[in-house]
Amino acid sequence: MDLRCSGRVTRIRAVAGSQGPAIARTIWEVSMRQRVRFTRRAGVLALISTLALAAMSCTPGSKVTHKSAPPVPTITGVTETGPITLTIWDQESGQVSRIWDQLNTEFEQKYPNVTIKRVNRDFGELKTLLKLAMSGPHPPDVVEANQGWPDMGQLVKAGLLLPLDNYAKAYGWDQRVSENVLSVSRWTPDGTQFGTGELFGYTTMGEIVGVYYNKTILDKLGLSLPTTFAEFEQALATAKQAGEIPIEFANSDGFPGIHEFATIQDQTDTETYLTDFIFGLQGNQLSFDTPENIQAATTIQDWVNKGYFTPGFGGAGYDDAVNLFAKGEGLFMITGNWIVQNLGAKNTNFGFFLMPSMQTGGTAVGTGGAGFPLSIAAGSQHPDAAAAYIDWMTSDHAAQMLVPTGEIPLATGVTTSIPTGTVLSDVINAAASASASNAIVPYEDWATPTFYNTLVAGIQELMAMRLTPQEFVSQVEEDYSKFQSSRA
Amino acid sequence: MQQETEIAAAVAVGSRRRGRRKPEYLPGESRRIGYLYVAPAFIIYAAFNLYQLGQGVNISFYNWDGLTPGTWVGLANYREFFTDPSIRETYMHVLELMVFYALAPIAIGLSLAVMLSRIRIRGLTFFRMLLFLPMVITDIVTAVAWVWIYGSSANIPGHPEGPLNVVLKAVGLGRFIPTEGWLGNFHTALPAVGVFGMWGGFGFSLILFLAGIMKIPSSLYEAARVDGANAWHEFRAVTLPGLRYELQVVLVLSVIGTLGTFDEIYVLTSGGPGTETSVPAWQIWSRLFNTGQVGSAAALGLIMMVIVFAVTYTLNKLLERGAGD
Repeated sequence: MDLRCSGRVTRIRAVAGSQGPAIARTIWEVSMRQRVRFTRRAGVLALISTLALAAMSCTPGSKVTHKSAPPVPTITGVTETGPITLTIWDQESGQVSRIWDQLNTEFEQKYPNVTIKRVNRDFGELKTLLKLAMSGPHPPDVVEANQGWPDMGQLVKAGLLLPLDNYAKAYGWDQRVSENVLSVSRWTPDGTQFGTGELFGYTTMGEIVGVYYNKTILDKLGLSLPTTFAEFEQALATAKQAGEIPIEFANSDGFPGIHEFATIQDQTDTETYLTDFIFGLQGNQLSFDTPENIQAATTIQDWVNKGYFTPGFGGAGYDDAVNLFAKGEGLFMITGNWIVQNLGAKNTNFGFFLMPSMQTGGTAVGTGGAGFPLSIAAGSQHPDAAAAYIDWMTSDHAAQMLVPTGEIPLATGVTTSIPTGTVLSDVINAAASASASNAIVPYEDWATPTFYNTLVAGIQELMAMRLTPQEFVSQVEEDYSKFQSSRA
Repeated sequence: MQQETEIAAAVAVGSRRRGRRKPEYLPGESRRIGYLYVAPAFIIYAAFNLYQLGQGVNISFYNWDGLTPGTWVGLANYREFFTDPSIRETYMHVLELMVFYALAPIAIGLSLAVMLSRIRIRGLTFFRMLLFLPMVITDIVTAVAWVWIYGSSANIPGHPEGPLNVVLKAVGLGRFIPTEGWLGNFHTALPAVGVFGMWGGFGFSLILFLAGIMKIPSSLYEAARVDGANAWHEFRAVTLPGLRYELQVVLVLSVIGTLGTFDEIYVLTSGGPGTETSVPAWQIWSRLFNTGQVGSAAALGLIMMVIVFAVTYTLNKLLERGAGD
């Protein structure tokens, strides 16, 4: 074998010697010298691969069976008497997390045969691990699955969540919150339509993204609360001139940029366009590449160029920014109700408003709506007990404990005493007025399974001037149209 | 006399025994029984590697979200490799990282090894151990420490500051620190990851080179000196050729290592800012776990495997050929 091979090499060397560059010759000779051995090895490999392929040449992914809703339970609450362990996966943190622990303990006291096994992960981790956990043989019973195409949509499509409609009837969930709170957790059973169909998650706590402001700095600058978008931009310019940071912002985590952009976009676009776009109601008929979105992207770049955001925001962490804002740095901070617990619910130095409209007297629109809903895994051994748990976590009792952290009560008839003039009351009132005027837009990262990652990277690059507004909207539109085409 | 008879008898017995066995084998010659010896290792390898490889090949032909049945797309996932600019970008990043992960450690390791071999210092073993330490500790752990060194946050008063910036400011180089911080700036993020890799890599090459230099007979150096060679000549004519195999090992291993870079990206930058530090392994992971593009992830993984194979093969052959001349 070797003899035959070396003979060949000499011949080839003689031919190649006169032509061709040295490196190409080397590669050629090497490959020839090795040819016999290589061919045999490749043959064995090919054989093995073919065999393996032949053995497995089948469509990946198991056949999906969609469980229908369990029957309406005649008695609500935990009716099983034997010992039950409910595994709960959630992404709560800080004060809210501590309240969850307390609520869990109270639930265990109410039903002594129930043990709650809580698995707490952060938002990003839960996003990554939930699908794996849910598709395994022993899924958790109750999970906090984010609404939208990336998370809940995928789980519904795969038949991994239980329709909750009959539980909603038994416990009267559908009577307690308005339909638009429920609709963001509604899917057709095959997971192809978002916003209609069966109910796959339930919550009574809401979220709203808007503008926090520092009253001390606002007074010092002699400014009053902006009532139009132009006035808001004027306030930014004044703050910048006075050497204050106009908008406290940090974007190394990625998600804050989505909220910053959406808050501007909520004013440039109509609420109908955004809702239809995110729910995918018109398929490929809607595009991200619109003059309104280019305007929003241009505005955010303009703010960066004028130095309206914390310098070096691209490398700063969100938690640091929240802490600095709480300590008094920055006139505004654009983020959600969840930082109320960091500012202190009773704090009167901070206020909150929705980004004002571009038109005088126009309705301020904010991003938000229903918070993280609770869902039951299709593979849960104790769906009835899981439903009783969800009812407990969404009860008025739970709401009263959670509201002081900044969570917004969505259920009718929840009475909580909120001192006026506090940042908490500002947040609750803003959410209530937006809800009343139908001015709440869902989170944009729900729009396609890959939208969160596309938006995070796109907005980071947009705000670092690495993409023009046009390039940004084209890049995002590519993701959107690809997904919408795949649905058609 | 008696001894001779015994030997003769033993030989006779031996030859008789051999005579019964057929066919006859020389030691080391391949025999069918060899497959039996290989079987346990092969079965384990097949069960835990080949089967999955086959599965990966199968999945790569589908558009699959990891949950619901996939749809057959043929070679579309492979075609994406040539059409999707974000994939090309990851390989460009890896090429840039190679400067830090392969070339720089070799240069630093080589010069340090030459220096260390020319001077005698007390406690050389201790220093060697110290320099090798980064190799031994898991990347994940050291990367967390490096996040702290770089300063996990932007370079703004009030934000937590990393020791690197403290030192730079102390020596008057504060103006070179990007306001977004080293890991948040689009221009410095990838080099910052590279410096981490360089720090982890040069100890390994240094140890190998040191060992290699000790292997070179001192008579060669003496001969060179007799011929009137200076330090550079010595390095060029004696040390470098003597280190050929060590160079090959370091180069091949570090190039493969760079192509597989993942841990430090996961800890230091998550592929950001934007997609500035996105590398192939990171992109594969992200498509697999974050965005539910399992088919595409499988195809990219297989392509990466082929590239690693090709690069390793070419490097090895090029270097082997160099050795033959």
